[in-house]
Amino acid sequence: MSQSTSQKIPVTVLTGYLGAGKTTLLNRILSENHGKKYAVIVNEFGEIGIDNDLIIGADEEVFEMNNGCICCTVRGDLVRIMDGLMRRKGKFDAIIVETTGLADPAPVAQTFFVDEDVQKNARLDAVVTVADAKWLSDRLKDAPEAKNQIAFADVIVLNKTDLVSKPELAEVEARIRGINPYAQLHRTERCKVALSDVLERGAFDLDRILEIEPDFLEADEHDHDHHHHDGHDHHHHDHGHGLKHYHDEEMQSLALRTDKPLDPTKFMPWLQNLVATEGQNILRSKGILAFHDDDDRYVFQGVHMMLEGDHQRKWKEGEPRESRVVFIGRELPEQAIRDGFERCIVS
Amino acid sequence: MTSFEPGAQASIASITDKVRPVAIGAPVTAVHFLGDRAFFVGAEEGVSIVDAEGAVSTVEVLSGGILCAASNGERIVMGGDDGRVVALDKKGEIAVLVTDAKRRWIDAVALHADGAVAWSIGKTAFVRSGKGEEKSLEVPSTVGGLAFAPKGLRLAVAHYNGATLWFPNMAATAEFLAWAGSHLGVIFSPDNKFLVTAMHEPALHGWRLADNRHMRMSGYPGRVKSMSWSAGGKFLATSGADTVIMWPFASKDGPMGKEPAMLAPLQARVSVVACHPKQDILAAGYSDGTILMVRMEDGGELLVRRNGTAPVAALGWNAKGTVLAFSDEEGGAGLLAI
Repeated sequence: MSQSTSQKIPVTVLTGYLGAGKTTLLNRILSENHGKKYAVIVNEFGEIGIDNDLIIGADEEVFEMNNGCICCTVRGDLVRIMDGLMRRKGKFDAIIVETTGLADPAPVAQTFFVDEDVQKNARLDAVVTVADAKWLSDRLKDAPEAKNQIAFADVIVLNKTDLVSKPELAEVEARIRGINPYAQLHRTERCKVALSDVLERGAFDLDRILEIEPDFLEADEHDHDHHHHDGHDHHHHDHGHGLKHYHDEEMQSLALRTDKPLDPTKFMPWLQNLVATEGQNILRSKGILAFHDDDDRYVFQGVHMMLEGDHQRKWKEGEPRESRVVFIGRELPEQAIRDGFERCIVS
Repeated sequence: MTSFEPGAQASIASITDKVRPVAIGAPVTAVHFLGDRAFFVGAEEGVSIVDAEGAVSTVEVLSGGILCAASNGERIVMGGDDGRVVALDKKGEIAVLVTDAKRRWIDAVALHADGAVAWSIGKTAFVRSGKGEEKSLEVPSTVGGLAFAPKGLRLAVAHYNGATLWFPNMAATAEFLAWAGSHLGVIFSPDNKFLVTAMHEPALHGWRLADNRHMRMSGYPGRVKSMSWSAGGKFLATSGADTVIMWPFASKDGPMGKEPAMLAPLQARVSVVACHPKQDILAAGYSDGTILMVRMEDGGELLVRRNGTAPVAALGWNAKGTVLAFSDEEGGAGLLAI
């Protein structure tokens, strides 16, 4: 008996490179007067300064599923801990999973895609990455884990902004945007961020995939709405507000868009084949699709090779029937993907 | 697997009126008989003891979630998320066996017929013999399950990529049985010839212990969480599909090269199975709350409980096989005297 999405316990994944401030954010979440009770799955016991009988030590044990899919790794310890936590259903409102500084967020996310029991009771809410404003630029050069964590994020808490100058901050933000323009970015000191900005985000909820837009609101705060609608290459776009743009050599995002209807008999096999062949390099994918002869919006999202999708709702009257697809990944074959997408358009 | 026939439930004989309903009032995860009383193990804190008349008394055994429980008919041993292992006896008296100073979770427990107890914390399995000697064994990854062999003091420890067989009282190194994947539950056959694990993926894996030959038992739509040996160990009955899957173990080759029997198909997943201790019948609980009594020989069915509740979480027979106790996940329970 599967529970409806709203009854499932939301799970927030908290990542961030060593020393970025994950524990600070965690302590902030737990100590704030929000009237909610969190079960917290941590790796380093004892760093949490809050008394809570629902703090569980984990071992980050990753194993490969025996399904022939080499990047299909899951966190076995999470499967076990979620099962144990369900004994105390009703004693907590949400779960936070803290990963180690060197962890890849993918196995955590994939656990929620593949495990039937975990899926029955809990839903992935968002991947929140804490980044150190002073050191992130260096880590992006020498630590692949740090880059993975930025690329994977739904929410980025750019912490320790008081330790850098304005130009340095602009630089690190531009580097983040070069990898992941879609995550919501919050600048903080000592992880001072509104809890509503990191919790209950519904980032993996198909029903809440409303739009796929780059998040530039923090980068330049005045109105530049027109940038969101004027072209395919918005993330290489020079805003003319002094905002630098970096193109990360290794990790990029790729946005596709068309206002012509897609052929589902071509698009779905193409997408499935793409994630089957490039899934190791595609960290996240998301799409809103307008299919030919279909009055419903179709939405999908994926983590590496795992995809889930569904008809979401009717297209509204007057709403442009536009398809948008985003991939974030490593060394993506951009031209091949663009060409493949073009071939799915009904001619 | 076998498809559902509409109306099948209506046509089978019902003994639902013979059931004595019991309201536990809290989620239940297991039930064991000690003497003539049924002990319903809760999801957290308490065990509800129900006598033959249906009177319920509750004892608090742990201060948090009860993560695992095992019984040898004399005692029930339970492990909690408060780092404690406790034993509960026939009289309802509690003994604290272990208190972990760091309050780490007790992930698995096992209980030997002679009173030896095993438990695990993370990657470490512990054994305390009936005489009180304690030993421990570290395995490569977190322990998924524990089981004592029916003969001698030998413990099977399931973990990632296989299971480890350990004689705690012998100096020899533990024997490692390899098979890729995550192994969660583990069980010895009653004749001590086979070891079977329930995997994270929807499959069982088995080893013939004489030569460590592999047995793959797959095809389930869901993970197997309940396994029960028929009287004498001829069959291993399992949950995980919309029929009871029965693997034949009567021959020296076990189920190798054989098809399993499929009994009691319904349009719901089997969640728990419990074979009768003496006869070739079993009780099967389903995800829609149905409970059927099934004759192994011909698949004949009796309806014990109708559908329409939470999934059945617990089934247990008393030692003589005269009473069946059951509960759904939410504590809707009952006793059936045969």
